[in-house]
Amino acid sequence: MSEELHDVRLTVNGASHEIRVPARRLLSDALRHDLRLTGTHVGCEHGVCGACTVLVDGEPMRACLMFAVSAVDHEITTVEGLTHADGSLSPVQQAFAECHGLQCGFCTPGFLTTITAGLRDNPQPTHEEARDMIAGNLCRCTGYQNIVKAVERAAELGSEARTSTTGGAS
Amino acid sequence: MKPAPFDYRRPGSIAEAVQILAGEPNAKVLAGGQSLVPLLSMRLAAPAMLVDINAIPGLDAIEVEDGGVRIGALARHAAVLASPDVRRVQPLVPMALAHVAHATIRNRGTTVGSLIHADAAAEMPVVLSLLGGSVDVDGPSGRRTIPASELYVGPLESSLHHDEIAVSAFFPALAPGAGVAFQELARRHGDYALVGAAALVEGESVEVGYLSVSDVPTVVDLSGVDDADLGEAALAQLEPADDIHATAAYRAQLVRVLTGKVVRSAREWADQHAEGAR
Amino acid sequence: MTTKLMGQGVQRVEDQRFLRGLGRYVDDVAVEQQVLHAAVLRSPHAHARILDIDVADVLDVEGVHAVYTYDDLTGPMAEPLPLLIPHPALTHGRTQYALAKDEVNYVGEAIAFVVAEDRYVAEDAVARIRVDYEFLPPVVGIAAARAAERLVHDDVPGNVGARLEQEVGDAKAAIARAPHTLSLDLTVERSACMPMEGRGTVARWDPDLHRLQVWTSTQSSTGVRAAVAVKMGLGLGQVDVVTPDVGGGFGVKINHPWPEELLVPMAARALGRTVKFTEDRREHFISSAHERGQVHHIEVGFDDDGRLLGLDVEFWHDHGAFTPYGLIVPIITSTQLLGPYKPQNYRVVFESLYTNTVMVTPYRGAGRPQGCYAMERTMDAIAAYLGKDRTEVRAVNFIQPDEFPYDQGLIFQDGRELEYDSGDYPASLEKIKALVGWDEFPAFQAEMAAQGRRVGIGLACYVEGTGVGPYEGAHVHIETSGKVKVATGLTTQGQGHATVFAQLVADELGCPFEDVEVVTGDTRRMPYAVGTFASRAAVMSGSAIHLAAKRAKEKVLKIAAEALEADEKDLQIVDGVVSVKGSPGTSIDLGTVSVLSNPLRYAFDEASKAATQFSVGDPGKPPVPEDEEPGLEGKDFYSPERATFASGMHAVIVETDPDTAEITILKYAVVHDCGKLINPMIVEGQIHGGVAQGVGGALYERMAYDESGQLLNASFMDFLMPYVTEVPDGIDVDHLETASPLNPLGIKGAGEAGVIPSAAVFAAAIEDAEGIPITAMPISPSELFTLRQEHSS
Repeated sequence: MSEELHDVRLTVNGASHEIRVPARRLLSDALRHDLRLTGTHVGCEHGVCGACTVLVDGEPMRACLMFAVSAVDHEITTVEGLTHADGSLSPVQQAFAECHGLQCGFCTPGFLTTITAGLRDNPQPTHEEARDMIAGNLCRCTGYQNIVKAVERAAELGSEARTSTTGGAS
Repeated sequence: MKPAPFDYRRPGSIAEAVQILAGEPNAKVLAGGQSLVPLLSMRLAAPAMLVDINAIPGLDAIEVEDGGVRIGALARHAAVLASPDVRRVQPLVPMALAHVAHATIRNRGTTVGSLIHADAAAEMPVVLSLLGGSVDVDGPSGRRTIPASELYVGPLESSLHHDEIAVSAFFPALAPGAGVAFQELARRHGDYALVGAAALVEGESVEVGYLSVSDVPTVVDLSGVDDADLGEAALAQLEPADDIHATAAYRAQLVRVLTGKVVRSAREWADQHAEGAR
Repeated sequence: MTTKLMGQGVQRVEDQRFLRGLGRYVDDVAVEQQVLHAAVLRSPHAHARILDIDVADVLDVEGVHAVYTYDDLTGPMAEPLPLLIPHPALTHGRTQYALAKDEVNYVGEAIAFVVAEDRYVAEDAVARIRVDYEFLPPVVGIAAARAAERLVHDDVPGNVGARLEQEVGDAKAAIARAPHTLSLDLTVERSACMPMEGRGTVARWDPDLHRLQVWTSTQSSTGVRAAVAVKMGLGLGQVDVVTPDVGGGFGVKINHPWPEELLVPMAARALGRTVKFTEDRREHFISSAHERGQVHHIEVGFDDDGRLLGLDVEFWHDHGAFTPYGLIVPIITSTQLLGPYKPQNYRVVFESLYTNTVMVTPYRGAGRPQGCYAMERTMDAIAAYLGKDRTEVRAVNFIQPDEFPYDQGLIFQDGRELEYDSGDYPASLEKIKALVGWDEFPAFQAEMAAQGRRVGIGLACYVEGTGVGPYEGAHVHIETSGKVKVATGLTTQGQGHATVFAQLVADELGCPFEDVEVVTGDTRRMPYAVGTFASRAAVMSGSAIHLAAKRAKEKVLKIAAEALEADEKDLQIVDGVVSVKGSPGTSIDLGTVSVLSNPLRYAFDEASKAATQFSVGDPGKPPVPEDEEPGLEGKDFYSPERATFASGMHAVIVETDPDTAEITILKYAVVHDCGKLINPMIVEGQIHGGVAQGVGGALYERMAYDESGQLLNASFMDFLMPYVTEVPDGIDVDHLETASPLNPLGIKGAGEAGVIPSAAVFAAAIEDAEGIPITAMPISPSELFTLRQEHSS
């Protein structure tokens, strides 16, 4: 007996996609294998490592702990959606490059999405808040030192960008 | 690590959900899924059907009622934690929620889901038990209220029937002059606690709830016990066990340490807020 | 004048794709196609005989394409997997089969291989395979292995795979004569590399070209290529192995071939489809290698100053159920144990033991953390016995800067003499003491004690043989566009090779850094290579690339000299342009030189047209003279006589909670000497990561096997890798740059150093805080509490 398939419309990085998947298709697999957005990585498939973290209506969530069928009606943002339309890096991405906040790059997408949301909610984190912002993501390469620096640097870059935008408008 | 196949339903109302559940004895309700999905992916659970309640309107409400606060089945931990109403009416709830996993999990996981998952190592079942709260469930024979004292019947086992669906949880308000506190020790920040303790002091009454010391959330009445004896008095009623992270003796030590701390801190809370009220 | 990039913290070029989500890891390969996915039935039992495997139910599952068991393997595939590094002392080496034959020896051993439309269906199918087992008693842990009441392999008496002894001088006699003696018994438990990306392999058979294309997440593409060719009966030239982006290795991906690295190509060829295997996290725990588990017994004799007179070490190494990687780990432990010290008389003997657990192969540090722990615990014990400062005891035993090269008189892991090339241990000690505040600590400790708080300080020193041979090679190709394409065969798992190697090429060639593109781990581009392990990539491939770039530069200058009608000695290359010094108008860019290097008659592009203004070559000789080749390329290999020896010292200050026995890190300091730094930003990143892994290994991570051989914590819920909240908030790092005389750049390896002293340094600090000997690592609060109970009773 073949498995029932569901028509699922996913909105990812502003684009709408129709896929036909079984109910058990994890959102992480749907993003990676059905939509071919392989920037979202799968590190544990039990919700602990955070590599698969995507933004669901702007909030960080584990893509491996959601089913694609449950993700209808939500706006999903993956790491691919963080890059500006002109191809330039967002402040968080830029800060990771400047601060050497990544090595193998496998956990990085989950950090980038998490921090993007974190800095949106708290644009000027204290050092403790910067550490707390990444406390639910595992990295095996960096020892986190430069990721914390990247959070702080991204806050600076974000604030510079806001200042220049405001300055330009006035 | 991929789930076994299951049928999927996404009802638009509680009535519809109840009807679906009644027709499939081996169905599971999917709310936040933060505990359920890992079990499915590891194939430690393989229900025939998932009933996804996320499309049911109104279930995410957080409402202050007479004598407490009611939290809907789809209210995410993050929303409950951020709610000023909850913080005002029953401050123990956010105190404990801050220890539930990591922020990302709290964005999706639901407080009611955590209560029904009935994990004795989780924070919220203990809080509900300590406060004497309850869970409202809908089933074929209508709605009923299950008091916390009757909710937890065994390891990872609640007294919900298979065809019932939890629609809300009620956390009683903190009485004027009463105090609460929550503390836990985990191996890593965000892990399940090795031992956790929640205290409720109200006049002479002192009660402490413990997580990770028993198969079910456990509340101990320590009223009238001398401060110096609190830990031992609690231990007289508890039987901590060994696991790979801690020996029973170490858990007992944490019970000793945490019991005194949470009781003291609950009293301080009461004093501070009593002063604030004057 | 171009600034030298060597020594600069240049931002990484690979980050641009990683940060955009455009990296290409093995599970991303062929995602655009309808590939088939594999899943593996793994033994649920630690030790059992397989009586029968029934796959009948599997074929009913819609979407299943094939299921393989041992009986389906033929020819070399049916033979045991290779024992990669044999050693005369490994008298009883054993390796597993790609799929278990008759018997399983650990929970997780591969029994059947299913290929299906997707991984979900493949797992459904795996769940339907029925295996009848006859249970055999499992051997779990070093004590059970030594007791040998049960055997892992019937034909391995005493569970002893190998026994190796080395001795310099006469240790027992020296200890017997020594004025003071001590003995210590120490243990270290198992842990694992645990990269965020597990193993994975994709293979595609091209029926038109009769070639096999394999992508695999490995630390040795060339190794996998050779293994696949042999096992599948293909010519080496028919197999291409590409290592795409790799999500961390830390050692576990150097062992090869893993069963799936053979089964995936086998299935791809048989089914005529692209087949993919992506290991999941649970599989990684129970089927990918572990490390670290050892038990040590140490006897030491010393004089009144704490000077070592004789050191006698016996240890037992748990190598799990099989020995595919030979004796590398215990040999490293037994030799690198000596660290920066001169023991005068040293005997070491180890037994490498079978247990019914996952096999053991190198994990970052590769036996050094255990050796460092044994030596440094011994130093601390001597200091405590004599009532001396722990740094003084170390200092009297240091090899002095004027004693290099220093021959320890032992044979190292590479079969060569253990001869240290350079170092300055007294200078490192001064630096680490200053960095951590060693001399000020006793006052701080007293101040804390007055507040009822317990703090302790620990220090540990290590020497790390890095950059072991045999060789690596490099190919540098200057294209007609002026872009420089560089290939080296070893693989990359996050070390930033594409950046540091481009720095070296840009420096040597005088081209813009941005014009250099480095490819690693692609056997089509560089078929001769060894692999990435033993902190060897910078030393080996870095040196080879430097040499290859030099060769390319020689050719550039020769052709340019002719074109510009100038003397080679008068030429300079700046920003990709060759010019005559003092006459900048007389110039030619690298792209044009590249065109001139290839006497092809067709002009494809502007560069070719531009080249026609220059006349090169003697019309009286062939267009490609004898001893020349067309093209602007340089190729070279680097093969050193012996390893370079990096060194360093770590110090940590911890606080232990008097009530809960929680252990908090207050300060962590590192002094690190890996010779000349290519990119200090990347080296510091390696140190940070190593320290965090070391914190995990010392305080959080262990493999919790029960007596039946079940791994109880095979998930990230229970195997406690540190989050940011568990690592020090800030790691103070200071460098020494003692150049290696063994390679042209003066560099030594840096990859593993950060993790080597962790067990030693934390044990020392906790012991200092608690006043209780710490002899078993890792240590949890629960275990520290137990120690307190035992110590007070």
